[in-house]
Formats: sequence, C-alpha cells, structure tokens
Amino acid sequence: MPTYSEKVMDHFTNPRNVGEIEDADGVGSEGNPVCGDMMTFNIKVEDGRLSDVKFKTYGCGAAIACSSMVSEMAIGKTLEEAKQITNADVAKELEGLPKNKLHCSNLGADALHKAIEDYESGLEEG
Amino acid sequence: MRDVYFDYGATTPLRDEVVEAMLPYLREQFGNPLSLHRYGDAPRQAVEDSREKVAQLIGARNNEIYFTASGSEANNMAVKGIALMNQKKGKHLVVSAIEHLSVINAAQTMEKLGFEVTRVPVDKQGMVDPKDVEKAMRDDTTLVSIMHASSEIGTIQPLAEIAKVVKGRSRAYFHTDAVATVGNIPVDVRELGVDLLSLAGNQFYGPKGTGALYIKRATRILPLIDGGIQEAGRRAGTENVPGLVGLGVAAELAAADMEARADQVVPLRDRLIERLSSEIDHVYLTGHPSIRLPGHVSVVVEFIEGEAMLLLLNMQGVAASSGSTCTSRALKASHVLMAIGIEPGLANGSLLLTLGRGNTVEDVDYLMGVFPPIVDRLRQMSPLYKGD
Repeated sequence: MPTYSEKVMDHFTNPRNVGEIEDADGVGSEGNPVCGDMMTFNIKVEDGRLSDVKFKTYGCGAAIACSSMVSEMAIGKTLEEAKQITNADVAKELEGLPKNKLHCSNLGADALHKAIEDYESGLEEG
Repeated sequence: MRDVYFDYGATTPLRDEVVEAMLPYLREQFGNPLSLHRYGDAPRQAVEDSREKVAQLIGARNNEIYFTASGSEANNMAVKGIALMNQKKGKHLVVSAIEHLSVINAAQTMEKLGFEVTRVPVDKQGMVDPKDVEKAMRDDTTLVSIMHASSEIGTIQPLAEIAKVVKGRSRAYFHTDAVATVGNIPVDVRELGVDLLSLAGNQFYGPKGTGALYIKRATRILPLIDGGIQEAGRRAGTENVPGLVGLGVAAELAAADMEARADQVVPLRDRLIERLSSEIDHVYLTGHPSIRLPGHVSVVVEFIEGEAMLLLLNMQGVAASSGSTCTSRALKASHVLMAIGIEPGLANGSLLLTLGRGNTVEDVDYLMGVFPPIVDRLRQMSPLYKGD
C-alpha cells in the first residue's frame, strides 16, 4: 500500500464527521470524480463558530483522511480561524502525506473554505 | 480472516519445480555461458535447453527465441527494432488504443524521432476490428502491433484475422504483445501468423526479470542493446542464467497443465463475475464477457474510488488491483478504460481481480463476504451516492 502514516490510516479507517447536515448553514464542494477526488463539506455556524462540520468524500485513502482531519480541525473554531486552515496544516496534522497525495490536502481545505464562503454570501444576501 | 491473492496479473508465485531448477545456477553452477572453460558448460547448455522449452510453448524454432529481461523490453525491442530497421521503407506505425504502456510509449518515442503513429480504436468491449486495422494501414506502414489480450480488461483479440489483413495489405511486420496470454492460453506463432511476439516469465509461474521476443526467421531488427554476441548479437549482456532456467521450466510446466488450469480457474472467474453483478448494484464488467482471459475479472464500481477499495480489501486479507487514477503512480487515468468509453468518473472506481492456480471457490466466496460491506461503507461516505 502507498506509504501512509498511521494517522492517515486511522482517519481513513475511522473517519470522523462523515455525513450531511439537513439545515446546513453553508455547503462547499471541491474536486470531481473525473480527477478522482471529490469532497463536500456541510457546516453549521453558531455565534461565529463552526458548531458542526460534516463531510462526504469520493476518493482515495488520502482524500478520505484529509477530509476527516479538516473536519476535526475545523469544529469549534471561529470562521476566521477556520479560514486560516491550510493544506500544509492538514498534512502536518496527518504526520505527512506521500508527495503525489499532497493535492488531497488542498481539496479538503478548499472545500471547507467554500462552505464558509457559501455561508457568508448567504448572510450578505440577507 | 483469509489470505486471498487475486493479483496474478501483476505477478505469479514461482512453482516449486522452478525454484528447485534455479538453485544450482544460483550456487555452484555460476559460470558465464560464454566462457570457454568448463565453468561455462552447464550454464550454456541450460540456457539453450530453456530456449527450446520456450520455443515449444509457442510453436517456434529455437533460434527464433531471443531472451529479454521483461515483457516491456521485448515490446520495446520489437517496436523500435522494426521501426528503425525499416525506416527507409516507411515511417508509419499502427498500434491499438489499448496497448500496454511499453508499446504506447515506445510508439510515442518513435513519434518524437519523426515517425507517424496511428492508434486503432476498440469497441466498447475492447475488441479490435480487423477492418479498422486495414483502414489504419498505409503504403509506408512498417509495423502493426496489436496485443493478444489486455491485462486490464481481459479481452482476447482475433489475432489470426488481423494477421491476414496485415499481410494482405502490405509487407508490414506484425507484432503482438502476448505477455498476458503465453503460458495461460494456447499460443502458436504459426497459427496466429505473427512476425514478432513478446512474452514474460512472471505471468506463468516463472521468475520476474525474464521474458522473450519471438522473431520470425529472416526478420531483421535494429538491436536495442548493442555489445557482445549473446542472443545472436541482437541483445547483448551476460545471460541471467538462473532466471532463464526458471523460465524454461515454467514454460514446460505451463504447456503441460494449461488445459487443467483453465478448467480450474474459468468457473471461479465466472462465479465471481456472476456474484459481483448480481449481489452488488451499480457494478459493471469491463472487457468482453466471454472472449476474455481465463482468470480475469475487471469491473467498475460506481460512486466510489479504486484505491480506497484496495486499502480496505487489503485490510481484510484480499490482494487486488485497480486502474483508478489514484492507484497509478503516474496519477493518470487508465488509457484502456478511456478507450472503451468508460467515463473518467466511473473509471476511477475500477477494480481488477486476476485469478490463478492457487485460488479456490472459498476465495471467491470469501471476497463476496467482505466486499459488499466495503462498498456500502464507501458509498455511505460518498457525495455521489444518493442511497437506496
């Protein structure tokens, strides 16, 4: 198997926060099945913090592990803090990713940011 | 948990007789076949004995067999060797769209050197139509290369018909990559009508690092590896004596029990195909349903991805393979699945199970016990699956 760290394998076999939120405050997607990875994040926001984050992912071991890690890192953070989560942070928390899988960490962080943007643009529209 | 190996297409375990035959040439019989002194005698004889056994496996003459270190090397030797030797007659090559990367990329390299390449399409089951080969050929075509069977989708090509068309159309040489077929289904170079043919030992219970290119008598090639006089000057380098001994024994044994092995593995393959299609929804077989390699099962599983399936299967003891983008080290989607019209999203759900002489019905049933829950689990996580 590709040289995945124990942390990656843990998040792959026991992913945290899988699912959808029915009355989500924001939804964001990145990737598509054509390139082999797709992640969708649902968020709930209370008092400026992410009170709940759920994800669904189509993709390889690294993709699933990254989305799980992103969701774990994001819950409880303020929107600003969550926007600061980078792919490098994700890869670090996972104790490293094989070089050809680093793009999966991009997807996770981007999909979360898109969900936050979705929430914020909803606020503007009122 | 059960230890199940369903990746015979990647490589096969060595038969005991193969290992036993190789050992003396790893130990005391270490001489160089080209040495004049007595240390060269047994190694030299052993290599020629293997040559005869490999020739017999495919219906060729001994001096038409040229040993290589792999099927990929044999493919390169054929494509580049014929193209370069015949460039004054023409610089056009014809290959199928589903060739192994060693043929596809060798042809691509020839394009960079100023050759033209036409890639013949295949139908939805991966079959080449001889008429399409004819249409692709030109007066300046010097080589047509169509694989005997695809290691990715299992489809076996109508080579004899294609050979007739090639020979009828022009004086182009006809090469086939038979790495997936030699040793597993009957292959006779006279019946097939080919001028060149590639094979590899690790596909039929012989060692890795061994292969051969059949070159029909009176067919000239430009060698890839220049140097000493090994392989009649067409492929230099001190012979891998232990490997070639193993290859010869594997060839002999493969010929002897080929039919029995097919009788053993075909029902397992068909049972696996039947159970996969009927017990899990949105699973589709790729390649031809019946004109396919005896142990070959290739499917695409909708809504989930190949590498994730392989990881979870591996944790349950099952070794399998996939054509998904993520499982390719090069991060490229399978050109074969693209060529048969599988849309890229679905192609990433590819699962490849290749069965062999060590498998039993218990292996098949074990897989059908652990795989459906794996599919369910990954589908529950997938944004593409709108559950039933």
